[in-house]
Amino acid sequence: MAGINLFSILNGLTYAALLFLVAAGFTLIFGLLRIVNLAHGALYLVGGYAGYTVARFSGSFALGLVGAVVTSAAIGLLLDRGLLRFVSGFELRQVLLTLGAALVIDDMCLVVWGGDTFTVPIPPALNGAVQFAGVYYPRYRLFVLALGIVVFIGLWLLMQRTRLGALIRAGVDDSETIAAMGIDISKIFLGTFLLGAALAGLGGAVGGAFLTLYPGADSEILVFSLAVVVIGGRGSLVGAAVGALLVGLLNSIGQVVFPELAYFVIFGPMALILAFRPLGLFGRAA
Amino acid sequence: MRASRILAFAGGGVALAVLPLLLSDYQTSLAIQILIFALLGMSIDLLAGYAGRTSLGHGAIFGVSTYIAIYWSSTLHGSPWVGILLGIIGAMALALVFALLAVRTSGVYFLLLTLALGMVVWGICLRWNSVTGAENGLRGDARPLWLATSAALYWLVLAVVALASWLAWLVVKSPFGLTLRGIRDSESRMLSLGFHSTRHLVLAFVVSGLLAGVGGGLYALFNEFVSPSTVAVAASVRGLLIAISGGIGTLFGSFLGAFVLVVLENVVSGYTERWQSVMGLLFIAMMIFAPTGLIGQWHRFWQWRRLGARDKPEQTKGT
Repeated sequence: MAGINLFSILNGLTYAALLFLVAAGFTLIFGLLRIVNLAHGALYLVGGYAGYTVARFSGSFALGLVGAVVTSAAIGLLLDRGLLRFVSGFELRQVLLTLGAALVIDDMCLVVWGGDTFTVPIPPALNGAVQFAGVYYPRYRLFVLALGIVVFIGLWLLMQRTRLGALIRAGVDDSETIAAMGIDISKIFLGTFLLGAALAGLGGAVGGAFLTLYPGADSEILVFSLAVVVIGGRGSLVGAAVGALLVGLLNSIGQVVFPELAYFVIFGPMALILAFRPLGLFGRAA
Repeated sequence: MRASRILAFAGGGVALAVLPLLLSDYQTSLAIQILIFALLGMSIDLLAGYAGRTSLGHGAIFGVSTYIAIYWSSTLHGSPWVGILLGIIGAMALALVFALLAVRTSGVYFLLLTLALGMVVWGICLRWNSVTGAENGLRGDARPLWLATSAALYWLVLAVVALASWLAWLVVKSPFGLTLRGIRDSESRMLSLGFHSTRHLVLAFVVSGLLAGVGGGLYALFNEFVSPSTVAVAASVRGLLIAISGGIGTLFGSFLGAFVLVVLENVVSGYTERWQSVMGLLFIAMMIFAPTGLIGQWHRFWQWRRLGARDKPEQTKGT
């Protein structure tokens, strides 16, 4: 089709990498803790804002990333230990509680950072464009793509090759049995929640440098993350990667071909997958 | 007993009907909002309380009806009544789509799907500039002259909401409503008894869409303006908060929930711009302390008074 070229495909891939960062945290928390963390978008936004502020004042992009990760993880800790533990065991109450938390966090972001649009400053090394195969492509977006791949490999190794990963995978399948075997599952729960929150914050800082940060950016990333998890299936890392690729590519192609109706382009495949596999491509019944 | 009940209904009806004569214009407009949002709460409660499916996409169903009604009357210059009718049909169609995609799931997964579907609607309203006017929204002068005063509008809304509530009550009390409760309590048992649970749930969702659509149509008359915020997640959250604070599974509790929420919103907005935070904190507090809603807490309080503090009533397994 006209308009679809290497450039828009690369845009789709880099967006997919960002979506993976955000959705991986979401799906890990959903899979292991059975919590649909609707504050995930808010954690993305607050992480992005924190990353912007730190990077702006320290002049270091890397410090900005650290600031984003630490801020989101800290808020995640507060959310998990301070609020969610009072409703543990009640799935719907947990979800609705995170929704309330999202409203508060978003509103507080508006208080602290206002309604302006911010862009996380990119370090000079990642500025500019590289030329290959006849296109000029922003170097930063390639960095995001690489980061997404690195994080995927890291998480995959963590899940498949370490004892902690084995415990998390076992917890996804049957957390009660793990607890009965004498393992302190609550620590693993907390660790997973913090990891997920930190990934959202990392996504916020990384995404904030090319998608910009503004009130409402959290809703946009949340709806895409939901689509990724719905497509990929609960708790599956590979599912999140496949879902992110699908949503990212469809979104960037959709924006070129049907600029006003890009959402339909994501909605169609999502509906199709739901009709045939209600639990997603890689999802398993709880 | 029966006569006293009829008397109470009649008395309540008269009291509600004379309200606009006693209230200021501003207070009457609050009363209109309470009625409209109670209808939204009821439409959510019909699914959450009786079919065990908590939806976070009803703001979109409600708002689509508003969009269609205003688009029809302002952009296409059609009759507002036809617009509202089309809006209700649109809301039911959207509810049908939601239902077909989501009813096979339950619990958190259902919530997640309805949320995602609702957000897709929001995304379309936000981006489809040529039809929805994107962020600027649509402005319409849908209200005919005889509805110009807020009292007249109040009476119309009261009549329609009363009719819709009666319909919802009939549905809940019917054998169909009983089947839904059966599905809520044990879907597998209902299946083995020969009930086609998917069909029942789809129908329940469409009826719920009808209620939300009527609410959205009335909102078009009342507000005469629609923007993506009408279909945003916050709208679904507001509806769910109304249903939950009124008490899930009480149906008419939504009137109490809507009353508390609308009045609170207006009082709080007088002091601070942070209404969203207040709503979020309210939601958090409700989930931790009062998952059965205000009426449920009231019941528990009395139970506790009667039994004495020693024998605490059993913790109700809430939402």
